[in-house]
Amino acid sequence: MKHGMNVMQILSFKDHSYVADTSTIGMANDADPRAVSLEGVKRIDLHFPKFTDGRAYSQAFLLRRRLGFKGEIRATGDVLIDQLVAMARTGFDVAVLREGLDASAAQRQFERFPAFYQGSALDTQPLFAKDLA
Amino acid sequence: MYQYTDFDRQFVKLRAEQHRDQLERWQKGQLSDEEFRPLRLQNGWYVQRYAPMLRVAVPYGEISAKQLSVLATIAKDYDQPEDKLFAKAQAQQDLLPGKSPRLIKGYGHFTTRQNVQFNWIPLSKSADVMDLLATVDMHGIQTSGNCIRNITTDELAGVAVDEVVDPRPYAEILRQWSTLHPEFAFLPRKFKIAITGAREDRAAIGWHDVGLQLLKNAAGEVGFKVWVGGGMGRTPIIGTLVREFLPWQHIMNYLEAVVRVYNRWGRRDNLYKARIKILVKAEGQRYIDEVEAEFDDVVNKDGGPHTISQAEFNRVAACFVEPKAPANASVSAHSNLQDPGFQRWLHQNVVAHKNPKLRAVTLSFKRLGLAPGDVTAEQLEASAQLVAKYSRGEARVTHSQNLVLPWVPETQLFDLWQDAKALGLASPNIGLLNDMIACPGGDYCALANARAIPVAAAISERYQDIDELDDLGPIDLHISGCINSCGHHHSGHIGILGVDKDGKEWYQVTLGGSDGSALSGTAGPGKVVGPSFSAAEVPEVIEAVINTYLELRAPTGNGRAEYFIETLRRVGQDPFKIEANAARHTEPALA
Repeated sequence: MKHGMNVMQILSFKDHSYVADTSTIGMANDADPRAVSLEGVKRIDLHFPKFTDGRAYSQAFLLRRRLGFKGEIRATGDVLIDQLVAMARTGFDVAVLREGLDASAAQRQFERFPAFYQGSALDTQPLFAKDLA
Repeated sequence: MYQYTDFDRQFVKLRAEQHRDQLERWQKGQLSDEEFRPLRLQNGWYVQRYAPMLRVAVPYGEISAKQLSVLATIAKDYDQPEDKLFAKAQAQQDLLPGKSPRLIKGYGHFTTRQNVQFNWIPLSKSADVMDLLATVDMHGIQTSGNCIRNITTDELAGVAVDEVVDPRPYAEILRQWSTLHPEFAFLPRKFKIAITGAREDRAAIGWHDVGLQLLKNAAGEVGFKVWVGGGMGRTPIIGTLVREFLPWQHIMNYLEAVVRVYNRWGRRDNLYKARIKILVKAEGQRYIDEVEAEFDDVVNKDGGPHTISQAEFNRVAACFVEPKAPANASVSAHSNLQDPGFQRWLHQNVVAHKNPKLRAVTLSFKRLGLAPGDVTAEQLEASAQLVAKYSRGEARVTHSQNLVLPWVPETQLFDLWQDAKALGLASPNIGLLNDMIACPGGDYCALANARAIPVAAAISERYQDIDELDDLGPIDLHISGCINSCGHHHSGHIGILGVDKDGKEWYQVTLGGSDGSALSGTAGPGKVVGPSFSAAEVPEVIEAVINTYLELRAPTGNGRAEYFIETLRRVGQDPFKIEANAARHTEPALA
């Protein structure tokens, strides 16, 4: 991930606000994104009740990759530094850090791995497809 | 074996660097224990009863001499607790009832998932160990945590005479796919995949979250038969067949669907109901239909980006050819091929090979004085040398906690036997009663309800006569210290499970379990013989069960006596149960 945090905007807790309206919706983490109308939606907040609950990764993937959602997908809840890269790769482009966390250790996580084996929502082709292209 | 590319090598190094970063943030208090725990687990770092445990990944069990040698260094230099900690641990052990072998340090342990564990490395040195592992392309990635774990396979993959398709290239491709998969790092629970490509299932695929059998269809095309939702633990279940034939190119697309539906639907409210087996059981066809629909979308809507290209398959498969024979391979000079000890070892520990000039040899890590699968630093180093000298630099860690040398020239068997014997690694007991599987149990593991090592030791001590063992024939004895079933007790012909009742150690005995091998028959869990037994009773119960077999066994048509599992299947559990329960001591056992 050479682009570093260009792929993801990281917000501190105090910079985040959520008011549901026609263009901003929140989705419970057991909802099927394919069952939700995305008409006019510009921002979708997905939720991590605990950082070890990985359901929102699949939701983000389905929204970004399967449904081709072009708006903002925002990670909220128990969002920690060491999960940010996985979030970006599954399709989140904004993450709200859990209250009290500072982002100083985040940048180097994005810079660490130059590439990954599998394709993702961010970079759909797996390594082997690129290598041998 | 697979040859790391520059990318692969760099990736493992960066992973080690990432672990160091996380460790340092934890040490500075920037990561809480709770936040650090899942991160260190996904690099193989547990915290055990007395000290941390490291589980090093051995992808599909394949390991090189060079890697074994580095594991020897880790055992020697890092599996070394401070004297004070070690003395304190031993003092606590001494308070336990009954006798437990003394704790040891400076050693490793072969696990039932073909990995290698260490028990005493201080967490503060963990980052140095990861760096050292990375020098030989090793790591602990996803050896724990609720993610896709190390993929296991047939220990004879690539050399077995009954092999239809070599599973190793597929196992490697899946290893890469599952490594740091961004969507599947926090599944409801751990996720284990096993692959076989032989006619006989030596990988217990029915017992895995996903079991894969490679086969060829009538047109000669390669594909997978796919089972989902097997597992041991509190609720032993054999996987459900979901696909008769999945073209090989689609395996990652299909698994993506299997795991995505599990990630979305699997239970997260109860640890014991979080495995995919519970989901498959609860939802049945609805789960399968959803997976098929998702697979269709992965291929048709997403374009199936992980469809394996022929070029990628060829690149990986090229690594899995027969390694070159050394130019100077000598023929055993002083062989006395008629030596009865050698003959017995040949019969028990050596199997046929695809290449008629080669054999696959199992070094036995089942011997008195060390727990099943334990291997000292010296033995790791000596094994590395045997592997380099006799097996073209390659070995396999087996799920039954031994080491296979898969490329041994038939002409060098005698020399290998002598060298292995000198190291105490030539017990001719592979597949016999004292080739038992046991987890580390309560002596080390924080999860265990009871100790497994003393039980294994007591049974091993009772059955040491090799003539007697030979006469008893093949018997799978599996011991787990708790219901997590790391010792695979469910699949043992005889299974022993440690349970805790009122703070005391008790043991449940089961009979008739099967891993799915040709000998054991259709995979399935054993049945409990009765209320649990005390530690002192267990060896006597096992003896009673064995003696019942000796009394009841009948000759088979082909000139040998029935094996234990065959007699058990023919006569049923009852006569065994009666004798097992009669072996109870007069003090009534707890119900």
